[in-house]
Amino acid sequence: MADKDTLSDAKRRKFLINVTSVVGVAGAAAACLPFIDSMNPSADVLAKATTEVDLSGIPESGVHIVAWQGKPVFVYHRTQAEIKAMEAGNGVLDPESDQQRVKQPEWLVVVGVCTHMGCVPNKSDTGWLCPCHGSEYDDSGRVVRGPAPKNLEVPPYKFVAADKIVIGVA
Amino acid sequence: MKNRVIGWIDQRFPLSSFVKHDLTEYPTPRNLSYWWNFGFLAGFVLVLQVATGIFLAMHYRADAALSFDSVQHIMRDVNYGWLLRFMHATGASAFFMVIYIHMARTLYYGSYRAPRELMWWTGQGLLLMLMATAFMGYLLPWGQMSYWGATVITNLFKVTPYFGDQIVTWLRGDYSVSDATLTRFFSLHYLLPFLIIGGVVVHLVALHTVKSSNPSGIDLAAKDNIPFHPYFTSKDLFGLGLFLIVYCIFVFFFPNMLMDPANFIPANPMQTPAEIVPEWYFLPFYAILRSVPNMVGGVVAMGLSVMMFAFMPFLDRSRIPGGASNRPMVKLGFYLFILNMLVLGYVGAHPVSERTLLIGHIATIFYFGSFFLIPFISKAEERWLIKRGLSPELKELMEREAREKTQSQARRRSGDAK
Repeated sequence: MADKDTLSDAKRRKFLINVTSVVGVAGAAAACLPFIDSMNPSADVLAKATTEVDLSGIPESGVHIVAWQGKPVFVYHRTQAEIKAMEAGNGVLDPESDQQRVKQPEWLVVVGVCTHMGCVPNKSDTGWLCPCHGSEYDDSGRVVRGPAPKNLEVPPYKFVAADKIVIGVA
Repeated sequence: MKNRVIGWIDQRFPLSSFVKHDLTEYPTPRNLSYWWNFGFLAGFVLVLQVATGIFLAMHYRADAALSFDSVQHIMRDVNYGWLLRFMHATGASAFFMVIYIHMARTLYYGSYRAPRELMWWTGQGLLLMLMATAFMGYLLPWGQMSYWGATVITNLFKVTPYFGDQIVTWLRGDYSVSDATLTRFFSLHYLLPFLIIGGVVVHLVALHTVKSSNPSGIDLAAKDNIPFHPYFTSKDLFGLGLFLIVYCIFVFFFPNMLMDPANFIPANPMQTPAEIVPEWYFLPFYAILRSVPNMVGGVVAMGLSVMMFAFMPFLDRSRIPGGASNRPMVKLGFYLFILNMLVLGYVGAHPVSERTLLIGHIATIFYFGSFFLIPFISKAEERWLIKRGLSPELKELMEREAREKTQSQARRRSGDAK
């Protein structure tokens, strides 16, 4: 098998070295994957991925704050006057219609994290005001004054009953 | 481009000369067998343990109330946490297996002899640090065996004259093994591997000064050396492949084989398990501790049993170079010693009874006896071998060494040393 001809064949030798190196590097890279994956959210963290909210106890113009994936989510029961006002406008800095941002007009569901630097805005008479840098949002969660660049994020959620939503699944 | 980059670096850092001196032109005896792979393997397992350990530490909690559950969290919830933990736990056993074979090779071939005494002693230091690291790591899962193992081992320091009890309390940070013990063990378990890495660097600098020994026991002429790369890089990597096959069989198919069932029960300071058994790699030393019928004597004997190896360069007084390949008595003694180690391991793994006690006594006496007799055996063996007639290579080597010795003594006497 390993006669003199094959031993001194430089091309063959080079080929074998290359193939071995490729397989070795691929194996080493594959062995790194479990290490990297171990830093991803673990199963108990993923279990927090969805949050169920019962809407029946939230009165009109009441805000219910729930934790979803460790972040606050505002569930706001809007009044008819607020709905009308919000549907009339289209936002200022990040135009978006109110219909795009709600599933049912009485219920506004937004992630309560300011799109500027991540603080939690406080409820004001006209929407929300961020205590960190003064960004203002309206009752549709749309930014009306900077420095925040974007509207409050609408998380994926769906109505599983008339007065129950699940946040985290679209 | 590549040459320019390397040139730029070489002006500021000895990269090329380092690679040349320690890799591509590092002279290695051409007759090294696979027994010479285990130093490299030990280095590999060290890297593996540090890597898996760092990732485990991201998910582990050093807290008496949380530790046990956090290990279960790693096993069940963390992505590939089971793999990291089994690699780390199996890696500890693999580390000792590799190190013990590395030491056995050194004893068999007489690699501890001049001029490699410092390699042997730095190795001894590394062994002690490895044992300390493994012992402290074993407390971290906070199971019953973890807890009582740590209790027993910290209690060993009770034999310190005058301050025994204070030292035990100081080591534990509490009156018993507790949360304070756990957190300090975790801290030190993370620290020691980095000290081991430093020790390995010293070990390697010493190796590259004296170069590898070889199975013949005779220092080879330049023509019998070949460059480390590619000959021994490829040999080491092939050996690594074989090692990884065995290691992976354990990790994937028998990960619990070396784990004690008692350690799947959370630590309970109010109840000791029916049978306390250390990890397999401590069994022979544990057997010696139990075999001495006196508390202080047992602890001293156990400490000494680990340290006995360090005396080997002084105990072996033969002028015949090398180890078992030239010296039949070394070969015989080596196999008897290994057999005795296995017997001690057997004794350590079984509960005390009339029979194990007796075997333990005999094996312990044999263990220390074999060290104490080495000076006499090695001298007698030397006389016998010379009378029987040495091979020409050995004779020439011994004459050259004797010449060099008298020359250096004469130089020292005349006062112009070096």
